[in-house]
Amino acid sequence: MLIFEKSKQGRTNPSQAPRSRPEMTDIPASLQRKKRALLPETSEMQTVRHYTRLSQQNFSIDTNFYPLGSCTMKYNPRASNSLSMLPGFLARHPLGPDSMGQGYMACMYELQEMLKDVTGMKAVSLTPAAGAQGELAGMAMIRAYHDAQGDDQRTEVLVPDAAHGTNPATAVMCGYKVREIPTDAEGDVDLEALKEVVGPQTAGLMLTNPSTLGVFERRIDDIARVVHEAGGLLYYDGANLNAILGKVRPGDMGFDVIHMNLHKTFSTPHGGGGPGAGPVGVSERLEPFLPVPMVAFDGDNYSWLTEKDKPQTIGRLSAFSGNAGVLLRAYIYARLLGREGMVRVSEYSTLNANYMMTLCQQKGFDLAYPGRRATHEFIVTLKRQTKDLGVNTMDFAKRLLDYGFHAPTTYFPLLVPECLLIEPTETEDMETLDAFVDVLKKIEEEAVENAEYVKGAPYTQPVRRLDDVRAARELDLVWEKE
Amino acid sequence: MPFIPHTEKEVQQMLATIGVSSIEELFDEIPASLRNESLQGVPTQATEMEVRRIMHARAAEDGQPLCFLGAGAYDHHIPASVWELTTRGEFYTAYTPYQAEASQGTLQLLYEYQTMMANLNALDVSNASLYDGASALAEAVLMAVRANRKSKSKRILMPRTVHPNYRKTVDAIIGKQGITIELIDYDRNSGCIDPETLPADPGDLAAVVIPQPNFFGVLEDVDTLSDWAHQHKALVIAVVNPIALAVLKPPGEWGTDGADIACGEGQPLGIPLSSGGPYYGFMCCKQALVRQMPGRIIGRTVDLEGKPGFTLTLQAREQHIRRSKATSNICTNQGLMITATTIHMALLGAEGLENVALNCHANTQQLVQKLADLQGVDTVFDNPVFHESVLRISAPLDEIMQALHAQNLLPGYALQDEYPELENCLLVCATEMRTDEDIDTYVGHMQRILGKHDTVK
Repeated sequence: MLIFEKSKQGRTNPSQAPRSRPEMTDIPASLQRKKRALLPETSEMQTVRHYTRLSQQNFSIDTNFYPLGSCTMKYNPRASNSLSMLPGFLARHPLGPDSMGQGYMACMYELQEMLKDVTGMKAVSLTPAAGAQGELAGMAMIRAYHDAQGDDQRTEVLVPDAAHGTNPATAVMCGYKVREIPTDAEGDVDLEALKEVVGPQTAGLMLTNPSTLGVFERRIDDIARVVHEAGGLLYYDGANLNAILGKVRPGDMGFDVIHMNLHKTFSTPHGGGGPGAGPVGVSERLEPFLPVPMVAFDGDNYSWLTEKDKPQTIGRLSAFSGNAGVLLRAYIYARLLGREGMVRVSEYSTLNANYMMTLCQQKGFDLAYPGRRATHEFIVTLKRQTKDLGVNTMDFAKRLLDYGFHAPTTYFPLLVPECLLIEPTETEDMETLDAFVDVLKKIEEEAVENAEYVKGAPYTQPVRRLDDVRAARELDLVWEKE
Repeated sequence: MPFIPHTEKEVQQMLATIGVSSIEELFDEIPASLRNESLQGVPTQATEMEVRRIMHARAAEDGQPLCFLGAGAYDHHIPASVWELTTRGEFYTAYTPYQAEASQGTLQLLYEYQTMMANLNALDVSNASLYDGASALAEAVLMAVRANRKSKSKRILMPRTVHPNYRKTVDAIIGKQGITIELIDYDRNSGCIDPETLPADPGDLAAVVIPQPNFFGVLEDVDTLSDWAHQHKALVIAVVNPIALAVLKPPGEWGTDGADIACGEGQPLGIPLSSGGPYYGFMCCKQALVRQMPGRIIGRTVDLEGKPGFTLTLQAREQHIRRSKATSNICTNQGLMITATTIHMALLGAEGLENVALNCHANTQQLVQKLADLQGVDTVFDNPVFHESVLRISAPLDEIMQALHAQNLLPGYALQDEYPELENCLLVCATEMRTDEDIDTYVGHMQRILGKHDTVK
């Protein structure tokens, strides 16, 4: 039932708004609203109950194992939430003077410094609001760099076929043509194919390493050399930074620009789809182009760097300074981990993934890249089950929900048929990993016995499988009072 | 180990299962020459108690000043239940609702949000949010260029009375796509666009941006401006304040045909100031344009038993399906902020929002009158305002502001950097949160500080 259907005309919450209704005599009637907007009229308790109950219809990290590949659904420490929501932080106006923001700015400056070290980059700007905005900033800086060199021949961006969809979409937003690079049978970028297409028209290469195939790109040195020798720049998509935190740094791999997903690696909450934070780090030659504002420190005071201080900046990506509250959560998490804890993130997420991968293999599931180490994630392909049993990956995914496990990422990356991309993260215990693989096996057995039953899943959720085609054809996006 | 549950015994068991002797061996595909040894730039691990101490001290340092500053971020009351519910783990730690059956809570909430936002704007549809108001305007500009079928133009008319940071954000985001932004100046007396000065033949246009209220708080003649844009085959992009919409004519009713796209900053509806984010951008449009709208959209449908349910829809527009041909590279929205804002709107209802808006307007009027009565303070524009207004101070503004900051008070926004013609001009705001005593405190400090300067009335 929708909140609107619980609404009754005349029911109000007088304690939640001022009681007085001063008249607005100076504004001409033609500029005033005539008909009241249709919003719910419910009591405070009804509202609290309604949204509490809605929350209970969600899977979440706090309630379920969520091995969603490439999304890094790890535990979000509660301290990050409560300490970032202290009254002094919540009350700080984004345009307040530097003198009344030293506490907040100290956190931001230290976060910039930590992210520089973790990524091996020369400078970091925290302002991009999400990974996709970080990508946009990164590609815009690559473009600005070539433009500043007077090099207008570079019209192409190279993207491996395993890449996230945001990569090609971002390159297009920056005015580039996208060229896809194939992946070889082992899951590495096809170096020969890369050599063939790279040239004076190459602005750069966008790469995720470890890739979305769950493997580390072993020839990264060669790739970096090939692209750099052609005059192109290397863009690092930080989606999988969790796998290498403290072990190897994108800057040392030769990347010129990187975005990080703090909502993945630095454990800020996903919030049902955002907000995220997508800081960017750059090598020396791209530093002048970083988005503003950034925080500077002169040894005594923190101050904002703006367009005045960075005249070659690509500019601003939001009205103020990005998702400040998310950045504070990441800062708190980083302090709780410290340098010792950061290395453990990659170690134990890799241990968990390799353990699960071995269990899957032992139980007879097919791996996409059986000869490779898993990074913090790995791919199982259900191609055989789909063909033999008539039960596909989507069916497995939906049936997992009945067992209380969120499905892994399905049908991504696009080049592995019927795939499950499984990322357990470092915060899950061994019992949970064992239980998940047992359930996966059990579903396979169910499929052997009664494929139709599995294809009808889920059975235990608030709704059964939804009609997506109808949703797109008979658009119902806004409730209308009958 | 913080946030890692493994016992030493389990680690050994897991390694044995994998068939390696150490965790280190699992990293043997990474070339040795690239390996990093330590993170000297990261402090050593701290306990929650130690971090708590640091964060409390830093939060306290920032002072919680008495706020008369708006300029795109506003200090409004947020009912206690809004964030208590929003930070429930089931909302806070859920992912984007790709698995619809296991995400009905978030999906239904987003559908309710879309309904509330579309109603507030009097437009047909709403998306499930964008990053913030400024990036929403950039996306609206891109959308208008895609959607305007009557014009192949990539020219956009942008008033100077649109928030300066919004204009900068638009420039950065649309950067290299061949779109030109042309500025429209404002009338120096009224503080808004004088429709009489608009050209009879503006040439081919994709869209005209119309802010309401504008950055100076002044109300634009939205009916005339919308009709003028439509006469010239341009789409109308409204940039609006959602609190103001409770009492001002909604974009869908502007002029004869209504605005085509409305966007703005959602922060005033239940999101704390919090240094500028996370906030959220809203976007609504006419039904005919929905397939050009960027961002997540939730639809109501039925399950295989005919029971109503909610799901992400029109995903064929999005990057994870369309890749290089997507309407935008946007992936996430600001889901958690929408959770807060939806609960906020449900608690206040239309009448509560009206009361908030009316009190903001009345408090700002009171503040402006009392300040303008002082020797050395004058109002600058004569058109009506919503909850912000421009005052000229007959003294060096930065000195006055510093003196007010020293009283733990945020006096407003200094306009002269962005608008050189508005030297020593201050944009002030008094929301429903400011009491008569707060206003008198401000006026008292201003009078005393100005008394020390030579001012000319």
